[in-house]
Amino acid sequence: MKFKIYRFNPENDTKPHVQDYELNDIEPGTMLLAALLRIKDEQDQTLSFRRSCGEGVCGSDGMNINGVNGLACITPLDDLKQPIEVKPLPGLPVIRDLIIDMDQFYKQYRAVKPYLIVNDPMPEVELPQTPEQRERLDGLYECVLCACCSTACPSFWWNPDKFLGPAALLQASRFIEDSRDQDFEKRLEELEGPFKLFRCHTIMNCVHVCPKGLNPTKAIGRIKAKMVTRSL
Amino acid sequence: MSNDTNSIDMSSIERRQFDTLIIGAGGGGLRASLQLAEADLSVAVVSKVFPTRSHTVAAQGGMNAALANVSPDNWHWHMFDTVKGGDYLGDQDSIEYMCRAAPKAVYELEHFGVPFSRLDNGKIYQRAFGGQSQNFGGDQAARTCAAADRTGHAILHSLYQQNIRAKTHFFDEYFAVDLLKDDEGRVLGAVVFNIQDGQITVIEAKTTLLATGGAGQLFKTTTNALINTGDGMGMAMRAGIPLQDMEFFQFHPTGIAGRGMLITEGARGEGGYLVNGDGERLMERYAPKAKDLASRDVVSRAIAIEVREGRGCGPNKDHVMLKLDHLGEAVIQKRLPGIRQTCITFLGIDPAEAPIPVFPTAHYTMGGIPTNRYGQVVVPVKDTPEEPVAGLYAAGECACVSVHGGNRLGGNSLLDILVFGRAAANHIIGYLKENKYHRVIDDEVIKKVVEKVNRFDQQGSGDETVAGLRKELKQTMEEHCSVFRNKEILKQGVDKVEQLAQRMKNVKVDDQSFTFNTARVEAFELENLMACALATIHSAYAREESRGAHSRTDFIERDDKSWMRHSLYSFENGLDYKPVRTRPLSVESFPPKPRVY
Ligand SMILES: Cc1cc2nc3c(=O)[nH]c(=O)nc-3n(C[C@H](O)[C@H](O)[C@H](O)COP(=O)(O)OP(=O)(O)OC[C@H]3O[C@@H](n4cnc5c(N)ncnc54)[C@H](O)[C@@H]3O)c2cc1C
Ligand code: SF4
Ligand code: SF4
Ligand code: FES
Repeated sequence: MKFKIYRFNPENDTKPHVQDYELNDIEPGTMLLAALLRIKDEQDQTLSFRRSCGEGVCGSDGMNINGVNGLACITPLDDLKQPIEVKPLPGLPVIRDLIIDMDQFYKQYRAVKPYLIVNDPMPEVELPQTPEQRERLDGLYECVLCACCSTACPSFWWNPDKFLGPAALLQASRFIEDSRDQDFEKRLEELEGPFKLFRCHTIMNCVHVCPKGLNPTKAIGRIKAKMVTRSL
Repeated sequence: MSNDTNSIDMSSIERRQFDTLIIGAGGGGLRASLQLAEADLSVAVVSKVFPTRSHTVAAQGGMNAALANVSPDNWHWHMFDTVKGGDYLGDQDSIEYMCRAAPKAVYELEHFGVPFSRLDNGKIYQRAFGGQSQNFGGDQAARTCAAADRTGHAILHSLYQQNIRAKTHFFDEYFAVDLLKDDEGRVLGAVVFNIQDGQITVIEAKTTLLATGGAGQLFKTTTNALINTGDGMGMAMRAGIPLQDMEFFQFHPTGIAGRGMLITEGARGEGGYLVNGDGERLMERYAPKAKDLASRDVVSRAIAIEVREGRGCGPNKDHVMLKLDHLGEAVIQKRLPGIRQTCITFLGIDPAEAPIPVFPTAHYTMGGIPTNRYGQVVVPVKDTPEEPVAGLYAAGECACVSVHGGNRLGGNSLLDILVFGRAAANHIIGYLKENKYHRVIDDEVIKKVVEKVNRFDQQGSGDETVAGLRKELKQTMEEHCSVFRNKEILKQGVDKVEQLAQRMKNVKVDDQSFTFNTARVEAFELENLMACALATIHSAYAREESRGAHSRTDFIERDDKSWMRHSLYSFENGLDYKPVRTRPLSVESFPPKPRVY
């Protein structure tokens, strides 16, 4: 099986290049991450990428695979056209090889106050929540912060410092929808203006790439709807 | 980083000072940091991965607490189950403390925002897990608080989010290499490097908390993430601290056969069960009462015996099946969506339609850095078995308090990391009141550690590779230190691991780049795994009895007279032992009894 992998180490390279690798004896059902690990172990220990859980829950190994963003550990090789082209996620600075600098992405995450805010004194037991109220969080809380969505979003590429991007907006929605949260009004207020939220042009790239099957566009729509109701 | 060994320029090394340094940003580290940040102390959290990528994120089934939302329950029953589940090796003061603190720990998490699944009355959903009983061994209890089957994700993200609110200081993608220790044995911080640019930083701290997680990468097939390499345990050992009870390694009954991904015990808690090659519900024979919800060690042994005796499934008869389809798609999608997705992705099998092939898989490090119930690291000094090491704490899977004894109950680890992460933080707050000032660290102490940071660039003939040695180590542990053990197999294992540890000296890392050098990180990780492997295999070889997860086919009985004691293994002194703390805090001790489920 043939691979074309993006390589860049700022210590030696003035610009990135593509390196070819080949692996034999790949068992059916093998994931891309396993192949990258084999290349690193058997052929080239300098090939650098992030990884941890190996099962799609930690969000470490987002990369661009044959032109589409995804998590290497849950991307089966069988489905990929050869040679398999692997690049870092687009739109953010590359630190080395497949590793991007995610500072901007995390900054946007922090900007939406991604934590439960309750002003009343806490009870000695749990805050009550009905199963229906809890269900509103399904599809929102499962995000693994892999950045596959935001780095596929044209609005994010053009305005990374102003538009919050799909991942952060999904988080915003997760707290806006939480029946326990008491910062509802402020949360909506802070998303006003032409950029933070409204730069989303519903292009849906984010939805197509999310490896967890989440739908940031829908979440953004839900926030917009709430803003409209509120302004009435 | 590639400074010449003899001429380290101290002025070029970045130095930072904090009240507390926490190494590890999993559930244990983040619970502690939150407590400390809210007490207005300066806290640095160092993690080799971005916090939400820590392995706590992978926990599925849930966290135990006697909330009694679903079945009658109280902390004392939970305590009994934990003592019994641990095969009477757990320390009963710590266990009482943990089980009493459990409900509060869950409510706190809920207040932090954890999206627990809910019951119709608005309370937190609880499911049945293995080894849980009402009334000291009676009916099955439902004690595990769950957020679908993504409880770890829900907890870790909420804790990280609360730390953002509390403005905890994070050093993301920094690798901790070694502890700083002065001549009096006080721990004064650690030497770390920024993985992104290779820059070394000395972090001085009045107190240091190790929360580095487990060592599941010791084995070839494992449910654990690639980052679970026992780093904190290795650091402790190099600082002269022994590791406790390392022979007790948990094999989870239901890892996906040959692959390792975990299928939570919650799957059996929701009504799933195991069948062998003859289509028989095998657990009925091994645990007539608790059946599929017996303790993990019991279920793992049962599966291993079935396969050994030719009653396995598949063309090679090398696994058994976990059946869930009778639960119906709705229940599976609601309660177990994550494992359903995992099965579809990795096996092409939808558990709502077909059974899942499973086999016991390396899962959890019961042993670790010895601590008391305040999280203080304790070591034997002359006649005192447990003397605190000034300034050093440990919590979570890297520590051994010891609440899990010889076998951990499912759902008790998330509880452990939260309860003792918090307890350690509280003790640190008290300690800092008495110890207000930073001690001066001798330059020589720092130099000695910093010098060693480039060990893998400079030393070694280069005849060995990290990948090669790691593969051999994992294979060796899998073959020689697995579910069933005996003298001969273990002796060969001891010899092999000793040889591998020697060969580690010939490792040289070719990649000498400063920028995100993961090859260098892997070398440090392997060094730590080697330390853990030595402690594990030596302790296992020496323990001539069967208890909890440590099953010897040549010593099939538990031997309380000779072996109801904790093992300690250190580089300096080899093996040593200390008594189990059998006295609880307020209730009567549970004396050892035969363990039937
Ligand atoms: C698949 C799976 C499912 C599980 N499900 C459950 C469950 O349902 N219920 C339950 O109770 N338990 C469960 N467990 C066990 C439980 O999840 C773990 O024991 C627990 O999460 C460990 O938490 P921790 O905080 O100790 O460590 P971890 O979450 O492993 O965190 C370790 C931290 O230390 C950092 N670190 C390590 N070494 C270094 C270094 N050298 N330098 C800098 N940083 C370092 C890492 O970056 C990380 O931040 C499960 C375990 C697995 C593997
Ligand atoms: S739908 Fe909005 S957020 Fe998603 S990719 Fe398009 S512009 Fe970006
Ligand atoms: S929404 Fe999906 S793609 Fe975006 S960060 Fe979260 S998990 Fe990744
Ligand atoms: S390695 Fe964790 S998501 Fe891929």
